[in-house]
Amino acid sequence: MGGQQREYRQRIRSTQSLKKIFRAMELIAASRIAKSRSRVAAAAPYSQAITRAISAVATHSTVEHPLTTEREDTSKVAMLVITADRGMAGAYSANAIREAERLRRKLEEAGKEVVQYAAGRRAVSYYKFRHRELAGTWTGGSDSPVHATANEMARALFKAFTASADDGGVAEIHIVFTHFTSMVSQEPRVIRMLPLEIVEGVAEPGDEVPPLYDFEPSPEEVLDALLPRYIESRIYSCLLQAAASELASRQRAMNTATSNAEDIIRQYTRLANSARQAEITQEISEIVSGADALAAS
Amino acid sequence: MAESLTVDIVAPDSVLWAGQAERVSAPTVEGEIGLLANHEPILSVLGAGNVRVRGIDGQDHSFAVAGGFISFDHNTITVVVDEALPDQVE
Repeated sequence: MGGQQREYRQRIRSTQSLKKIFRAMELIAASRIAKSRSRVAAAAPYSQAITRAISAVATHSTVEHPLTTEREDTSKVAMLVITADRGMAGAYSANAIREAERLRRKLEEAGKEVVQYAAGRRAVSYYKFRHRELAGTWTGGSDSPVHATANEMARALFKAFTASADDGGVAEIHIVFTHFTSMVSQEPRVIRMLPLEIVEGVAEPGDEVPPLYDFEPSPEEVLDALLPRYIESRIYSCLLQAAASELASRQRAMNTATSNAEDIIRQYTRLANSARQAEITQEISEIVSGADALAAS
Repeated sequence: MAESLTVDIVAPDSVLWAGQAERVSAPTVEGEIGLLANHEPILSVLGAGNVRVRGIDGQDHSFAVAGGFISFDHNTITVVVDEALPDQVE
């Protein structure tokens, strides 16, 4: 067998084994995504209950809470970007990071200093490579987040928000994550977590005015107890959404990779066939011309 | 029989219990409160203790909670607990 043919065969073999890996990863992502979506659904009642309670307190009291008022004493703002731990999910992490960079430019143009937090190894390595300072990082388990991680993030961000200006306190907290709209559509999204803008869920369509609650022990204390939980549940739902998006992106990317591998295999098979044919043709013409030469002599 | 209450007990990652109940008692930070139908709307912070639910079928359910809050309006009770602890049927 000629050198050219051997090379083609080699490439076909390696592409075939890659194709098997891509296929397996696609199936793994597909099987995990159902679970991930049901976790998004399971977390919904909790965050709905908290949102309703928060809006009840906010509409029926005139509480001036530090978490709902704008801070003027510092120009620092915190930004948390949520990405995947692994690649192989197409442009999933890149899109989230690009959105984060856009937000950073916008904030910096507004004269603010960004304090960066990163979740997921992709974001961490992106910022490390560019020598950006990271105030906090969380890696591991990006495709199946646990509540404890959300808890930890909420505490860290909360601490930064409540710290004094000299102590590195921040005036705002933004989160960049990938919103899971459907299996085929996920988009990076930015939400401002703090100070709170209690808008969503306040006016549910067709809902009557929330009843006049009795707050125990007092509206302030109820709000004090509710807000950390609210932030935690928002972060948790961001993480779950991001995980579902990651798996959906991975499934799609691996599907494309599998069909690309098939294309390559087909292409190389054609090339290998024509190389074989060329070799045969050459051999025949060599034999024929050799015979001709002998007959002529 | 008195009106029944619609109860939802939710934890961060799941719904622990949902259904109709006759009465609910919960450990607020100011002490135990018992809620029957047509109670006035209330929103209260929970301390550690047990949330007890008497189901409409007469069965008692008890949930150990470490903290959370309870809201009551229009005979609908939502108990939000911080962490899911095992359901103990008494």
